[in-house]
Amino acid sequence: MDIRLQKVELSRAGKAFCFDTLIRGGMITALAGASGSGKSTLMSLIAGFDRPQNGHILFDGIDFTRAHPSERPVSLVFQENNLFAHLDLRTNIGLGIRPDLRLGTAEKAAVSHALERTGLGGFENRLPGTLSGGERQRAAFARALVRKRPCLLLDEPFAALDPALRIEMGRLLLDLQQETGVTVLLVTHLPDDVERLASEVIFLKDGEILADETTGAFLARQEPQEIRNFLGNRPPR
Amino acid sequence: MLTRGETIRAIAGGVSSLAGIALFAAAGVAALLATGLSQAASPLLDPYILGVLRFTLLQAVLSSALSVAVAVPLARAMARQPRFPGRIWILRLMGVPLGLPVIIGALGLIAVWGQHGWVNRLLVALGLDQPVSIYGLTGILLAHVFFNFPLATRLLLASLERLPGEYWLIASNLGMKPRTLFRLVEWPAMRSQIPAIAGLILMLAATSFTLVLLLGGGPAATTLEVAIYQALRFDFDPPRAVALALIQIGMTALILIVLQFFGGAASEGATLGRPPERPDGQTSAARLLDAGLILPATAFLLFPLAAVVIGGLQADLLRLIADPMLHRAVLTSLLIALPAGLLAVLLAYSISSARFALLSRKGQPMVFERMANLTSALASLILLVPPTVLGTGWFLIAGPANMDRLAPFLIAGINGLMAFPFVLRVIDPALTSHRERTLRLCASLGITGLNRWRQVDWPGLKTPLLTAFTFAAALSLGDLGVVALFGSDQLVTLPWLLYSRMGSYRTDDAAGLALILGLLCLFLMVLGTASRTPTERASP
Amino acid sequence: MTARMHFLISRLPLAIAAAITLSAPALGADKELTIYTYESFTAEWGPGPQVKAAFEKTCGCTVNYVSAADGVALLSRLKLEGAATKADIVLGLDTNLISEAKQTGLFEAHGIEAKDVSVPGDFKDDVFLPYDYGHFAVVYDTQTMKNPPQSLKELVEGDPNQKIAIEDPRTSTPGLGLLLWVKSVYGDKAPEAWGKLKNRVLTVTPGWSEAYGLFTKGEVPMVLSYVTSPAYHIDQEKTERYQAASFSEGHYIQIEVAGMTKGSHDKTLSRDFLRFMISPAFQDIIPTTNWMMPAAKMSKPLPAAFDKLVVPSKTFLMSADEVAANRKAWVEEWLNAMSLH
Repeated sequence: MDIRLQKVELSRAGKAFCFDTLIRGGMITALAGASGSGKSTLMSLIAGFDRPQNGHILFDGIDFTRAHPSERPVSLVFQENNLFAHLDLRTNIGLGIRPDLRLGTAEKAAVSHALERTGLGGFENRLPGTLSGGERQRAAFARALVRKRPCLLLDEPFAALDPALRIEMGRLLLDLQQETGVTVLLVTHLPDDVERLASEVIFLKDGEILADETTGAFLARQEPQEIRNFLGNRPPR
Repeated sequence: MLTRGETIRAIAGGVSSLAGIALFAAAGVAALLATGLSQAASPLLDPYILGVLRFTLLQAVLSSALSVAVAVPLARAMARQPRFPGRIWILRLMGVPLGLPVIIGALGLIAVWGQHGWVNRLLVALGLDQPVSIYGLTGILLAHVFFNFPLATRLLLASLERLPGEYWLIASNLGMKPRTLFRLVEWPAMRSQIPAIAGLILMLAATSFTLVLLLGGGPAATTLEVAIYQALRFDFDPPRAVALALIQIGMTALILIVLQFFGGAASEGATLGRPPERPDGQTSAARLLDAGLILPATAFLLFPLAAVVIGGLQADLLRLIADPMLHRAVLTSLLIALPAGLLAVLLAYSISSARFALLSRKGQPMVFERMANLTSALASLILLVPPTVLGTGWFLIAGPANMDRLAPFLIAGINGLMAFPFVLRVIDPALTSHRERTLRLCASLGITGLNRWRQVDWPGLKTPLLTAFTFAAALSLGDLGVVALFGSDQLVTLPWLLYSRMGSYRTDDAAGLALILGLLCLFLMVLGTASRTPTERASP
Repeated sequence: MTARMHFLISRLPLAIAAAITLSAPALGADKELTIYTYESFTAEWGPGPQVKAAFEKTCGCTVNYVSAADGVALLSRLKLEGAATKADIVLGLDTNLISEAKQTGLFEAHGIEAKDVSVPGDFKDDVFLPYDYGHFAVVYDTQTMKNPPQSLKELVEGDPNQKIAIEDPRTSTPGLGLLLWVKSVYGDKAPEAWGKLKNRVLTVTPGWSEAYGLFTKGEVPMVLSYVTSPAYHIDQEKTERYQAASFSEGHYIQIEVAGMTKGSHDKTLSRDFLRFMISPAFQDIIPTTNWMMPAAKMSKPLPAAFDKLVVPSKTFLMSADEVAANRKAWVEEWLNAMSLH
């Protein structure tokens, strides 16, 4: 499913944002840029937590600009706190199917299956606090799986994980994406993630899009300075 | 994951604080008992005392339940509307009743709800001629709710604001309905705090004295505190006073223990301090509902305070402000209230740190956990020791010759002790979630001791500590009970000056002083909320 | 209680006594007189400052005040301090407290011939000397009360919609005063009278200040206060809005007294003060500072505001011993009558 932002404008706390882009369906697009450049705002606009003052947000050509967050075809995974700490995994993931938690046998089976698929088989009754950081993020993916929304917004989902785990989680993401064909928008501050996971890159600066291109073109850039700085973070190979 | 040294130091600190409180109370009581045996032949639990006990508990339980029942939906509405116009001022005003001497609050309430109050005048203007009478249980409950729901609301709001901001976004994305969100997220977070908050209000209501007599309408409404005062002052029967105080403590402790089982342990996620966005509060229905709760609650809080302001403006304020007596009284009040606030914060911080150190050790038996939880609740029982009993006991220990020198320390000390249970409710949850968030990182980076305090604890806990401190200072600022025991013409606090003007026909002066006292409290609350920024709001 | 705790507690008074002896102020150098009194006496607008200045002019001494919240607190403080008290003079007890005060054994007969003292009710005592008095009265607001009760009976049986605020006899002296007033008039029928009066009582406050506060805020048209209360409003606020109702049965009196302690370190000075207290120099100060009637001759006539006050036709006063013997039983009787529904 394509996500189209048509001259979307928003000003918030004295800062102006203006986005116009197409996030193409069925692939992973990375969203990068310095902190404060508008990554979270762009995510919020797509998810529906913020309403633009001007412009339209379309999913496959259908205007969702005014739709409630829950009506939009997106699932979300944040860096942390994706799970309600006092609810067990079955409940946390079940919320993705029925937000009022009336789970029948079929729904419960779907939850177990999703847990299985993300490597958390048998963890239904565990509380998030008893899991490792990586396991908690897997559970968040499991919920995205059961929700079956065509778009997945990931806000630095691996930032709190150590490098080995990050690579493992990246692989899981790639697998899931290929399996479901979901459109993924991945916010990251690591050029590594961009290279390994994304097909396209959107790079933001001061509330506007500085670059919007394929990963190959992006990685080959020598200017402007902001992107060089970003890519300079890449560990030497 | 505290180091061994840290654990031991934390536990030692908490134990010495607890021991200090217990010793201070025990010494006062012992000194009082040492004065001699009961002269009275009348049995302790006569029908009069039994009736009083029944009424004390009845009104205290109802007051506590009602305050919490008002505070739960209100706190939720306030949490859902982080950008409600004037929200920060509503929160600040909620701290003011804490610092008002009860008589001032009561007169404000009567100006609104009394026989000839605004409500009744409005009803008469609307053509109803039967005035609403609040005297009796209604009035007592009204007053106790007025004095306590703001505190309960702020504490519950803090428990909601401590939840990670991601929760609200995820809930909104998942399409959880407000009811489900309340049942699954908001209520569990509040529930974990309710036993402590309800217990606190219960204790305050149980020891209420002036309000109960003033609004109770007759001696059928009498609390044990009145009987204790009567035993100590009119009958001069210290053993009886102590025995009654023990009954009061015992009965309330029982209720507190029962309340403990109602709560569950709060488990909160760690958060990077994402500013809480509440998309669930942005629907028209939610806005309407929340405004429909916040506005009447604010009016309920504001009107009696407005009556105090209006009364105060009729006084000759310029003359009062120029009066050197006032300057001395304000200075005296602050010199007592600030150390009292500091003492309360130190006690609560050390006890809370110790509790956390105990609970965070792995493989703890459940009994141990319950005990640790219960200890801090029991430490709060200090609220139930009537200040008259403590004060009189310590008066004996200090001796008349030293009274003039020791009185300020004793007043500040007793005020600090009385404020400690409030402060604990502010600090304990904040400290626990702060520690859970930072402990591993600190341990892995090897940040300990003073460094940890400077780099991690103070920045992270500044807001709740400041709030707690200003709460405690406000409480001490409004104190009349303790200062009345030790006050002399050398030691005149603002409420004491106010009360003495009331006591000699100078009601206008008293109203003016009440306004000044109220403003002083509001100023403290502004200080206490000064460090609240949009990203750091997890403090009442 | 364990044996050890017994031991500790039994040692406590010793420790207290030791602390007191150690820190007792050095005596001698300059003559000092320590007066224990209540707070509104020593307040800046009270009689205290003027009394201190006037007495210091003649005695060549320094007057120190130690103040308690009220008369009852004053007596409690004295009981707590016992023989260790610093007080030379105790000023501010009322007639109802005299008996208990004497039981402490801390007071000494004044030995002063008080022929200048004149208070209604023929009060005489060899330990305590009166310095002022006031009759209790129902004070009403003329703006809301056109037909005030003319007698206690009318108060008791009047329109229950016209309310009164009274004080609690368990916690305040005016409250006890009303209790004794009703007892004096109704005797054994007092419970029935209270049963009726109950319906007119809006509320029972812990002290005078709260009740009077309700009254001046307009919450209640009547309050139990003093015959002299209107004098304050006439003299200071230039208003005759608040008046005392004259009751045909008579009014109960509160007499405020002072006495000297056995432990006084300069008994001549103490006696000098008591003599000064019933002299015009002291008495002149009382009416417009304590808002009570002087207990002895003044050097000038009473202020004009006092001319407008009600003069009770009859004075009720029970002996201190009778009050002390019956207080508990009568308070219990009152409680029962007021608590019944």
